[in-house]
Amino acid sequence: MPLKIAVASGKGGTGKTTVSVNLQHFIASYMTPEVLLVDCDVEEPNDRIFFPDSRLQISEVVNQMVPEIDTEKCIFCRECVEYCEFNAIVVIPPVKYAEVNASLCHSCGACSVACQDGAVIEKRHPIGQINCFETGLGHGLAEGVLKIGSPMQTMMIKELKKSVKNNADIVIYDSPPGTSCPVVETVSDVDYVVLVAEPTPFGLHDLILMVELLVDLDKPLGVVINKAGLGNNDIYEFLKEQNIEILAEIPFDKDYASRYASGNLLNDIDVQTKGIYRNLIKKVESRYLQYEGSNYFKW
Amino acid sequence: MKTLITSTEDKLNAAFDKRFGRAAWFCVLDESTGETAFYPNENINATGGAGTKAAEKVVELGVGKIISGDFGPKAKELLNKFNIQMVIIEEEDLSVKEIVERIKK
Repeated sequence: MPLKIAVASGKGGTGKTTVSVNLQHFIASYMTPEVLLVDCDVEEPNDRIFFPDSRLQISEVVNQMVPEIDTEKCIFCRECVEYCEFNAIVVIPPVKYAEVNASLCHSCGACSVACQDGAVIEKRHPIGQINCFETGLGHGLAEGVLKIGSPMQTMMIKELKKSVKNNADIVIYDSPPGTSCPVVETVSDVDYVVLVAEPTPFGLHDLILMVELLVDLDKPLGVVINKAGLGNNDIYEFLKEQNIEILAEIPFDKDYASRYASGNLLNDIDVQTKGIYRNLIKKVESRYLQYEGSNYFKW
Repeated sequence: MKTLITSTEDKLNAAFDKRFGRAAWFCVLDESTGETAFYPNENINATGGAGTKAAEKVVELGVGKIISGDFGPKAKELLNKFNIQMVIIEEEDLSVKEIVERIKK
């Protein structure tokens, strides 16, 4: 089993993708070439922008099973309505109406269990696709692309993780922003979380939410402070008070931001950035050795 | 015809509730007799699908017209299927009673 690391943040735009892409690059250079990047931000995956020479290797459609009700067989007993936690089924006996609202359905299958009359039939409903790229870097990149309008982010992330090969040493999950279900799904099975935060009031507010979530989930974490020099020192006080490790500090730099915007992160990396990530990788490596070694350390 | 008015409480002088799926009560006025009856919205705190459930209730009650402040897309779709008229009132501080009196006029 590979060591799984999630790169997450509360606030959006703090630099998850920047850090994820660089982490893969530097892990491949300094630690092990057996490293895979997985873009779990399925509503807007953008990691592949940074690999202009990538080649699509596998693309598969992900389907959600959505029930339909056969009104010829339905006796309008409303048992399926009682079973449905998501209010996705409408059955109106006096007018013999029964229908499933696909946008509310979570594909749990309870209605199929509830129906004794064979009126519930599950049908495939595409929600997006999983793409795997060869990028010339480690094990490449896998991404999930959710169909616009589909609310099934969590399911998509689950399927994306399932499809990922397990023969890498390290897998990096680039998480969606926020602290809701898709993020919980992304971090649920990881061994370590790298939180990317910016030292602004908004950045700190959302970092606190994220730390609370990870404490609840019992996940070890460290923080990368990105855009250091902006905002104020409150974030440092918070991290000190909570005894949370600062993995790296990346200074705010307009030139760097414009390189990100042009999709050019991995060419001509400057010496300072190299140094920052080398130190970051060392910290990740110590995690990896603990993981590979024994239960000597308890995280 | 029966008309449903969304209400914040189960009495006529209660304030008009401008939400449909998340309204507290449904006041049903039978225009032929002038009588009103109140039904609680059992799905007011549902995590999702409150509008759909409210629309389902409306069809079950045999209502032909609904007066509310707004209708969500899923409720609208279902109500359209059953040709139920949706009336939107945007005025502030109305009571259910005032709306009932307007209809009776």
